[in-house]
Amino acid sequence: MNRIEKTFQLLNNNGSKAFVPYIMAGDGGLDSLVERLQLLEKFGASAIEVGVPFSDPVADGPTIQQAGIRALNNGTTLKGIVAKLAEARESINIPIILMTYLNPIYAYGIASFVHDIQNAGVDGCIIPDMPLEEEDIIAPKLEAAGIELIRLVTLTTPIERIKQIATKGNGFLYTVTVKGITGVRNEFDGDIHAYLQAVKEVSPIPVLAGFGISNQEQMLDLTKNCDGVVVGSRIVDLFAKNNLAEMEQLMSIFKQKSNIV
Amino acid sequence: MTAYTLPNDTGHFGKFGGRFVPETLMKAITELTDAYEAAKLDPEFTSEIERLSKEYVGRETPLYFAENLTKYAGGANIYLKREDLNHTGAHKINNAIGQALLALRMGKRKIVAETGAGQHGVATATVCALLNLDCIIFMGEEDIKRQALNVFRMELLGAKVVSVTSGSATLKDAVNEALRYWVANVEDTHYLLGSVSGPHPFPMIVRDFQSVIGKETKEQFLERNESLPDAVVACIGGGSNAMGMFYPFIEEEEVELYGVEAAGQGVDTPFHAASLTKGKPGVLHGALMFVLQNEDGQIQEAHSISAGLDYPGVGPEHSYLKEIERAHYHSITDKEALDAFQLLTKLEGIIPALESSHAVAFAVKLAAELGPSKNIVVCLSGRGDKDVDAVRARLRGGNN
Repeated sequence: MNRIEKTFQLLNNNGSKAFVPYIMAGDGGLDSLVERLQLLEKFGASAIEVGVPFSDPVADGPTIQQAGIRALNNGTTLKGIVAKLAEARESINIPIILMTYLNPIYAYGIASFVHDIQNAGVDGCIIPDMPLEEEDIIAPKLEAAGIELIRLVTLTTPIERIKQIATKGNGFLYTVTVKGITGVRNEFDGDIHAYLQAVKEVSPIPVLAGFGISNQEQMLDLTKNCDGVVVGSRIVDLFAKNNLAEMEQLMSIFKQKSNIV
Repeated sequence: MTAYTLPNDTGHFGKFGGRFVPETLMKAITELTDAYEAAKLDPEFTSEIERLSKEYVGRETPLYFAENLTKYAGGANIYLKREDLNHTGAHKINNAIGQALLALRMGKRKIVAETGAGQHGVATATVCALLNLDCIIFMGEEDIKRQALNVFRMELLGAKVVSVTSGSATLKDAVNEALRYWVANVEDTHYLLGSVSGPHPFPMIVRDFQSVIGKETKEQFLERNESLPDAVVACIGGGSNAMGMFYPFIEEEEVELYGVEAAGQGVDTPFHAASLTKGKPGVLHGALMFVLQNEDGQIQEAHSISAGLDYPGVGPEHSYLKEIERAHYHSITDKEALDAFQLLTKLEGIIPALESSHAVAFAVKLAAELGPSKNIVVCLSGRGDKDVDAVRARLRGGNN
């Protein structure tokens, strides 16, 4: 059984919600990546999304854009990241999910990429600029390697299509909670709960909410109708400010409070 | 050649093209595809485009035999397809009108667009003024500095121009910001993409709206010479004027198609925009196409004296035509383009856009190569008024 599946089974058995932080690999130097992953696991992350920097990240807002630029300026490459993840796998037990735009994979060579991340112990892949219609370029290879392709659905995805995407059945369904790009939001669309409920209803796999989620209140509110949250810009920002205390607090309080639900 | 029917249903030209966009945009581009398929069969829609093209844009544009330039080149006859005479001064308006009418059909009254030199932005702002649509234009901070007059023009026309400071602050980044804006406002906003790039159906739609260039050229040339030209030549940034010129000739195998990219300071320097000559296939802005990138797949900045060619990718259909060797792609340096800019101005009294000057420079070389009794048509995609300041600065700076 894949690590992602195991993780959600465990969460489910315990009645717990998932907290999946996102970090930008290479922000703060690639040498700090393993340490940061260890820290996130210690703070209680259910899985970790590792972002690959890209020169033209059209789905990302300013926080992640800037982190990506810092990482690229540090000389971060996808090859370097994969090597670090292999190293991290020796000490990290939770699932590692690589989030990357398609072009760095394409330049790497799709077959070599899948081969190398499999060896590195990567459990899943999120490719934000690759919708269902284009996934044949890599999905069969990922599947053969036992790596989950985590798919996204959004507020503009018709319910029939959400069903179609969800029933592909990989890992979890990444449910985008805003109309727009990544980045901290003060509030969500009024229909957000109805949307999450509708997604939950048709999805045979766990549903995680992501994009714009930054504070405790939002996390606890959203997880009333889904199985967990992905938190990106806030975590990236806290790492950039080296505010580890706040990060730990954010994650531990969520763990406690969401557990009671 | 068998009948050319690309793109296929999934928006691919061979392996190129496709819809590599965030899921949020899938609904909008699917709707756009459906709306376009219905619109192109609707006589009301097509006749409205024809009416505006004639009465508002000033089509058809002349096919002009450039006798003085032909004598100078000393070989094949050179004809100019005068897209510079369109309203707003370039071919960009052909597409802007078509897409704005399409947006109206979809009930979208808000338009977002990107612009590099400002020509597409001006064309979009113009059509939005005409049709009373809200218009927001993303433009790189660097380009805003270089093209201040076009910024003012767009503002006069009622558009809101947003300065893009991310990345290299040029066209590529303006596209990124326009896409981000579209992701957030997709339900009531149409993205009026200006080139034959981006996700399907844009490369097809823009090509179709621009193909009036090639259609007219074919008819005009046939009427005049009772034959087809031996070659057509057009400059390429994203590739919209070239695709508009090439498309009606693709099945006419006796007509050679030449696309001319910007070699900037030279294709062996880091400062050029020759995506087909020096790039590799990759995914950018929604399509698989030739892209300037480093070995890690990070997109590189393009460089050209002409802001309209300053783009690190090239439309998927051009990528395909290169791969099947139906079209030939060459490049022309900044210096050669500047020389051609002055040459055409002096010899023919026509000031070409710096973009189009690349095509002129190549045509002069090609004419000599082909020799007399052959015929070349150059797509003169835009007029050079917008470039006069930049050219003056460059010439006075003694770089020439």
